[in-house]
Amino acid sequence: MNSQVGPILEVRDLSVAYGKVEALGSVSICVGKGQIVTVIGPNGAGKTTLLSALIGLLGSRGEVYFDSHLEKTPDVERMVANGMVLVPEKRELFGGMSVQDNLQLGAFHRYRRGERHLQRAMDEVYDIFPRLKERRRQLAATLSGGERQMLAVGRALMAGPKLLMLDEPSLGLAPMITREIFCIIGRLRESGVSILLVEQNARAALAVADYGYVLETGEVAMQGEASQLRDDPRVIETYLGLGKKHQDRLAAC
Amino acid sequence: MDFQIALFLVQDGATNGAIYAMLALALVLVFSVTRVIFIPQGEFVAYGALTLASLQSGQIPGTLWLLVVVSTIAVLAELWRCWRNGLPIGLHGFGWLVGYPLILALLLWYLPLASLPAFVQVLVALAVVVPLGPLMYRLVYQPIAEASVLILLIVSVAIHVVLVGLGLLFFGAEGLRTAPFTDASFEMGPLLINGQQVWVILVSIGLIVGLWRFFSRTLYGKALRATAMNRTGARLMGFSPVFAGKLTFLLAAFIGTLSGVLIAPITTIYYDTGFLIGLKGFVAAIVGGLISFPIAAAGAVLVGLLESFASFYASAYKEVIVFTLIIPVLLWRSLTSHHIEEE
Ligand SMILES: Nc1ncnc2c1ncn2[C@@H]1O[C@H](COP(=O)(O)OP(=O)(O)O)[C@@H](O)[C@H]1O
Ligand SMILES: [Mg+2]
Repeated sequence: MNSQVGPILEVRDLSVAYGKVEALGSVSICVGKGQIVTVIGPNGAGKTTLLSALIGLLGSRGEVYFDSHLEKTPDVERMVANGMVLVPEKRELFGGMSVQDNLQLGAFHRYRRGERHLQRAMDEVYDIFPRLKERRRQLAATLSGGERQMLAVGRALMAGPKLLMLDEPSLGLAPMITREIFCIIGRLRESGVSILLVEQNARAALAVADYGYVLETGEVAMQGEASQLRDDPRVIETYLGLGKKHQDRLAAC
Repeated sequence: MDFQIALFLVQDGATNGAIYAMLALALVLVFSVTRVIFIPQGEFVAYGALTLASLQSGQIPGTLWLLVVVSTIAVLAELWRCWRNGLPIGLHGFGWLVGYPLILALLLWYLPLASLPAFVQVLVALAVVVPLGPLMYRLVYQPIAEASVLILLIVSVAIHVVLVGLGLLFFGAEGLRTAPFTDASFEMGPLLINGQQVWVILVSIGLIVGLWRFFSRTLYGKALRATAMNRTGARLMGFSPVFAGKLTFLLAAFIGTLSGVLIAPITTIYYDTGFLIGLKGFVAAIVGGLISFPIAAAGAVLVGLLESFASFYASAYKEVIVFTLIIPVLLWRSLTSHHIEEE
């Protein structure tokens, strides 16, 4: 157990198969309340599969406890209503709609529950991402890569999540933008959101996380406090590499 | 042709165009949200008109029994789903499936249908026919929501054939006409405008403006558009595609039925008339590429005008002329479209 406060998410023996091909075999992970937990691993390790199964986009076997409720078969609408949000690898923005409309839709399930005063949530998102405010009338499809990622994260925050799951937020972004996004991820922790961060960029992820798992070919190969993983020779050799110290500077806020 | 005849044709074409515009919007809506090419749209037009005609002649319309039977099947489907997923069996969530048809049947049984005011008759016709839309989605399309467009199209054709057959059973082969909403007519210069045509045009403009506001201002409308743009994205916001499908079919059924009720006093409607009317809405929707609302609406007015002028010059060929419109439009579309990759 890696948390003192009690977990927001506990996953036991989760397996997912695409047809007969097993993509995840018996993965167990845990995210404590208010923690940032990262899952790192190479391309094709099953990171996206893990997040998709957790929110119910993919069928799975195993036990998922979210906010102390057992979800036998996670169902997207119910998971979202209970406070789990996914920022998917492909962002899945509504390209033909304005930035503002995309953000409003992020709060859809709150609106359906009867919350009508969502302007404050929107202002908070604009505080975190001032760039989105400048572009609030622009169509999402016309945003730059970094802005799209900001919008995807902002839209997820509009849901007022208990657990924010980020799938490779650095994918396809320039180093400076990656750094900005990771700084913001670090700051989100202070506002009490728990975060499950999936990354190939292990250096940046371990710099910001509390705890980490290394996923290889659908199984957890290593786990530990992020600070320990950062110093682990196997992690350094495979995922951090040597002589990339300048990236450490980029990763620091 | 003198000026007055031309004006008359324009007036006629605009009235029909208004109906086609509403149907085209419904088709575009259904296709973009659910990928279903909604051939049975026309049957809602015919059912709306014929149900109203039944009510006006004091009979209980056959569509009521259809509603009762279809709701019963839907209840059984829900019970089966609960049983299979090990959910507790209760009427939570689908109590209205039992209650609504029962209450409606009782109402129709006791109300003096023929002597009700026309406005109430119209409401009753809508109340009977419109729920068939979401029920159809629930029973037919929801289980195959992930199927290919072609499969969905084949299923639509099948539903269309079944509904036309049922229409013959319910209403017979005779054409029916209903009493107009108003006997008023106005003279505007050389033009004699009949009150029903004004109703058609005003209602369709009202509906189009209403839909436009719904899609651009309300969060539910935006969520429907979002589903059309990116299904996964909309799901991740907690907007269920099943709910989107039912809502879309509800709107489409409402638009179809309303169109039927509106034109029933101007045109004689037979059990199979709906198909041709729906098809013209479809031509308009194709002009809009099945995705663009404004172009589809403009296409609808074009179809209406083309039809009315064609019926004057070469009435035997009027349908041919209208449907031939598809060919240049498709050519033009295939030449100008550059398949933009989904993001
Ligand atoms: N839709 C799919 N059908 C079949 N196999 C898939 C599908 N999606 C992913 N996979 C396979 O599952 C494995 C894990 O993929 P993924 O979860 O996307 O990895 P990651 O996100 O870690 O790069 C890979 O071997 C991939 O080829
Ligand atoms: Mg991935």
